[in-house]
Amino acid sequence: MSETRATRIGLRIWVAAVLAFLFVPIAIIVLYAFNSSNIQAWPIQGFSTKWISIAWHDPQVRSALWLSVRAGLLATAIALVLGSAAAFGVHRFRFFGREAVSLLLVLPLALPGIITGIALNSAFQYVGINLSLLTIVIGHATFCIVVVYNNVLARLRRVSGSLYEAAADLGAHGFFTFRTITLPMLSTALISGALLAFALSFDEVIVTTFTAGAQNTLPIWIFGAIRLGQQLPEVNVVVAAVLLLTVIPVGVAARLTGGGGVTRASAAAAPRRSGFARGARVLGAGSAEPPGL
Amino acid sequence: MSTIREERPMGGMARVSAALWRRTWLRASLTLTPPLAWFLVIYIASLALMLVTAFWTVNPFTNVLEHSWTFTNFDQLFTSTYLTIIARTLEMAALVTVTDAVIALPFAYYMARVASPRGRQLLFTAVLLPLWASYLARVYAWIVILQKGGTLSWAFQQVGLGPVNIGYTNTAMWLVFSYIWLPFMIVPVYGALERIPDSLLEASGDLGARAWRTARSVIVPLALPGIIAGSIFTFSLTLGDFITPLLVGGTNSQFIGNVIYDNIGTANNLPFAATLSLVPIVIMGVYLLGARASGAFEAL
Amino acid sequence: MKPRRRHGAAGALIAAAAVAMAVVSIIPSAASAGRVAAGLSVPTANLPVPSSIGKGEGKLNLIAWAGYAQPEWVKPFEKQTGCQVNAKYPNTSSDMVSLMANGGGGQYDLVSASGDADLRLIYAGDVRPVNMALIPSWKQLYPFLQSPSFNTIAGKHYGVSFEFGPNVLLYNTKTFKTAPTSWSVIYSNKYKGQVTVPDNPIQIADAALYLSKSQPKLGITDPYELTQPQFNAAVALLKSEHPLIKKYWDAASQEISLFQSGTTVVGAAWPYQETTLAADKAPVASTIPKEGATGWADTWMLAAKAPDPNCAYKWMAYMSTPQIQAEDADSYGETPANTQACAIMDKIAKGSCAGYHANEPQSYFNTIKFWKTPLGTCDNGKNDCVPFQSWVTAWTQIIG
Repeated sequence: MSETRATRIGLRIWVAAVLAFLFVPIAIIVLYAFNSSNIQAWPIQGFSTKWISIAWHDPQVRSALWLSVRAGLLATAIALVLGSAAAFGVHRFRFFGREAVSLLLVLPLALPGIITGIALNSAFQYVGINLSLLTIVIGHATFCIVVVYNNVLARLRRVSGSLYEAAADLGAHGFFTFRTITLPMLSTALISGALLAFALSFDEVIVTTFTAGAQNTLPIWIFGAIRLGQQLPEVNVVVAAVLLLTVIPVGVAARLTGGGGVTRASAAAAPRRSGFARGARVLGAGSAEPPGL
Repeated sequence: MSTIREERPMGGMARVSAALWRRTWLRASLTLTPPLAWFLVIYIASLALMLVTAFWTVNPFTNVLEHSWTFTNFDQLFTSTYLTIIARTLEMAALVTVTDAVIALPFAYYMARVASPRGRQLLFTAVLLPLWASYLARVYAWIVILQKGGTLSWAFQQVGLGPVNIGYTNTAMWLVFSYIWLPFMIVPVYGALERIPDSLLEASGDLGARAWRTARSVIVPLALPGIIAGSIFTFSLTLGDFITPLLVGGTNSQFIGNVIYDNIGTANNLPFAATLSLVPIVIMGVYLLGARASGAFEAL
Repeated sequence: MKPRRRHGAAGALIAAAAVAMAVVSIIPSAASAGRVAAGLSVPTANLPVPSSIGKGEGKLNLIAWAGYAQPEWVKPFEKQTGCQVNAKYPNTSSDMVSLMANGGGGQYDLVSASGDADLRLIYAGDVRPVNMALIPSWKQLYPFLQSPSFNTIAGKHYGVSFEFGPNVLLYNTKTFKTAPTSWSVIYSNKYKGQVTVPDNPIQIADAALYLSKSQPKLGITDPYELTQPQFNAAVALLKSEHPLIKKYWDAASQEISLFQSGTTVVGAAWPYQETTLAADKAPVASTIPKEGATGWADTWMLAAKAPDPNCAYKWMAYMSTPQIQAEDADSYGETPANTQACAIMDKIAKGSCAGYHANEPQSYFNTIKFWKTPLGTCDNGKNDCVPFQSWVTAWTQIIG
């Protein structure tokens, strides 16, 4: 490592501060899951575990949670395929309206959800599709594609084209190169893109209000519960439970991405699956240095 | 190289691949058509149908949507009330983006370069985990923290500083926005930083640069695509958000999204809402053009 | 190569815009579907009403306020009628109007619309007339809620009134030793930075109500039908109130937080906030000052294209019965429309009947001006009242 000790200590302090920043509100949520009162007053007046049992037995919570999970998984799957495809297309090919694509694809995030929601709702009515899980997924996939697209594109821009040329020199055809070079190269971006996309979908409330039929996803249920404030501790219980449940999948995903990757030329530790890929990487890595030097 | 000879496929796959290689347009269409078709057909078309009403009006007495082309909505848009709101939204989006970039860069650097693989995994999990605690629940937690006599005020008093009451202010909104979108900035920046070869940093050191100079001249430019990708999230998500101003903002805290929301539904003024919606589109267009022109995308 | 790329971007956008404009000039915009109705006539007025409730269709899709479809009364209903209830909980009245566009789009059967949305739904043709003979408990409702002007037009009922509540003056009993007698407290400099009122353009009617008593020269009789000078006066009052406001609250839970933390000491609220705060031993109380108060009343309205009308009628009848009215009133925190619910409310939660003013005499209810969508038409037959569109524009300016 080339950093000085002082730098590293400074960085550690920074990281600790940011982690505190990220988790203090989470701690509040968990704390107030045990609030005996409906009102979130500070300091907390009394503790109670009754909300856990209330949340457990609430049928609305279960159906909302299950709907959110299904919608999120489907939307993320679609987004992975279409988002990466779009990123590839924009990165590799020059075509009419190329710059416009980036703008078009950022609209679902930049526009307030109410606009996207009403636009999609009108479209569904016009075409005659009934509002259901399908329409929820369509609505979510629309902005999940953006997340994956941006992540993959940012990664592609850091990948040198010489890698593909090296692969071709070594005799691989397009699909083989894709499977052994491109996909591993993108794996981090895909996984983190998928996680971000799923999180956005899992949290989305306004577009879903208009694309769901007479059903509620978890955020819609939460928003309704939060308005009156009669069930705030129950909301906190549900959120804390979801957090607990997601530690494992997120941890696994982190393992897949953080475990050394194909990225640093000096990361000799990472084993590769085929000699071919290693060969291409050696050939290509030499010129994977970004230009401008 | 014997592995290659055995694995080299001679059959259909190679033929298809070769055929595609020669026909760029075909490859382009196959890659681009599905996502673009999805987008154009489902989303853009319905959006365009809605946005074109920006040039129409609703007769407030008969409530009929009149299909006569007019710029009345734009006249209304360019008055101080709405311009102030637009400026405020833009300002906050920029501020939040800068804040998150500043917070994320050292954090992502540590994650990518200094932490052990195990530490990296833990940090990655830690960054993504808050996203699974509902946005609404987290904002409500911030209300508890920032309100009068809340956690922040209590903490300040514990260390001897006076009570602080920043609940329901634009400062509160800035804090909450920076908090909520932070993971969206950290992840792409980390992705960019982890791709920097060690040799580059060593070379920089060999040439005599100390930590700060290396950071400024080597690390930040190389992290730029990641920062841009992250900034697209933080900027656009703040532009379009109206829930946080609703929950955490005070008076004089309306965003473009709030005004759009108010004009739909009972107000039945979809044309004006459509006019307002054109603003974030134009802003993001300018933003993306600026990012491209600044060469951030060509940092390859 | 560069110039070609630049043309690409601009060209694509221009082409898209041109195509869109051409297309929509011909095709009526989908987004405006259902809003083509004209001002004074109700498009669905002549739709036939059933003379009896037929067999249930097996399902019921509701658009309701969160808390209106609690398992406590939904499960017995599902058992009794076989109608599976699916409820959707939007956040605002406006969301309800948007969801009900095009007569509910064939998706939804009923909506529990508040007064500010009712007339918008009726005149847009999104709801259809209801036969009150099929709602037995209707006769037990308060007379002023049987055919109120916000859901009954020309003798036709577009829904059945459900529950209601006044917008009361909530105050901190430590700051105010005796109950304030006038709404002037929320307009007075004395409590600068400690006042809160709802974030809803219909709040202009509250200012108008206050002015109807404090400035009788303006001649305000109906706070929802304001001529331009009356409207301007109300807006001016609210703009002068702006510096006094700490926060315009959007959700009841927000106002509860505001009062609980002591951030605000006086403001406009629903009885629900007071009961919740009082249950937590917060020092608050409420009153209806001498100028009277505005109020909101929810109506179960039948969608014009309801796919399950029989289940919908069964639900409306069920939700009007004294038992369910009382259960909902205690659960949600509002006043039942059914006069027989009071005794049952006290059985569920002692003192709740009085707490939600369910046992007041008619004179009390006469002081409440219930929400209705401000249309441009005035009762005097003229068209010079200010329509809601302008209320929203003014509200944006007021809150800044």
